[in-house]
Amino acid sequence: MSAGSRSVGLEGLRYRGGATMWSWMLHRISGVGLIVFVAMHVVSAFLLQNLGSDVGKIYNSVFESWAFQSFIYFCVIFHALNGARIIVLDTWPKLLPYQREATWLQWLIFIPVYGLTLLILIQRGLGG
Amino acid sequence: MLRSQTIPRRGWSLEFVMWVFTRISGAGMLIVGALGMAGALWMGARTQMDLATLMRWTFFPNPNHIVNSNIPDVNLGWVGVYWQILQTLIIFLGVTHGFNGLRVVIEDYIHSVLINRVLRVIILLLWIAVMVIAFYIIFTS
Repeated sequence: MSAGSRSVGLEGLRYRGGATMWSWMLHRISGVGLIVFVAMHVVSAFLLQNLGSDVGKIYNSVFESWAFQSFIYFCVIFHALNGARIIVLDTWPKLLPYQREATWLQWLIFIPVYGLTLLILIQRGLGG
Repeated sequence: MLRSQTIPRRGWSLEFVMWVFTRISGAGMLIVGALGMAGALWMGARTQMDLATLMRWTFFPNPNHIVNSNIPDVNLGWVGVYWQILQTLIIFLGVTHGFNGLRVVIEDYIHSVLINRVLRVIILLLWIAVMVIAFYIIFTS
């Protein structure tokens, strides 16, 4: 059977790809989250700015809540850092043996940057 | 169900062109974002903006996008052709990168040729619609 017609299905969840597999999954999830957010945000901005509609205000109250912002900041920061790692490793394939170290470096940058963002968001969200 | 895909032929194909575009636009968005953030900080965002507003300016440097913050006068440097070019760039790169990514993800899980063609047309129409609306917002604000 050729690889092209092989269906992996739920068995795929048992595949142990390690940190880079989780990066690949998170890259997909955050990417879909971002394009849905950007498309809806463009529509809400159009409703608000060019039509003066109240529907745009409802959208914006969701976008401005701290829970939604902590999700979207995760998507933005993770997708940007992981994308930068992919670009660097694809452009210089000689670095591919250091894939594991690159992933560690990526999390080493991600955790303080996202942690600080989350701290500010939660402080503002709880402080009102 | 996730399934691996076969590339029909070597050389120039939609998959190849979009693979290259995804990487170039990704790097481009990092640069445009850095320019937006540096520009905002240079114009005094450090004392006039909270984190969310700085991010709004970084990812979409439009004067109407930051109108809720304490900026005294948006006409002083916050509007202009330079910022309109950056907004146009980030919308083109981001929306194209995003809808192509959505197409790649969908085609990994849906294997019917007919459904894939229908979804491709829908994604193409959504891509054009979001871009046209965003350009309209940029040039009327």
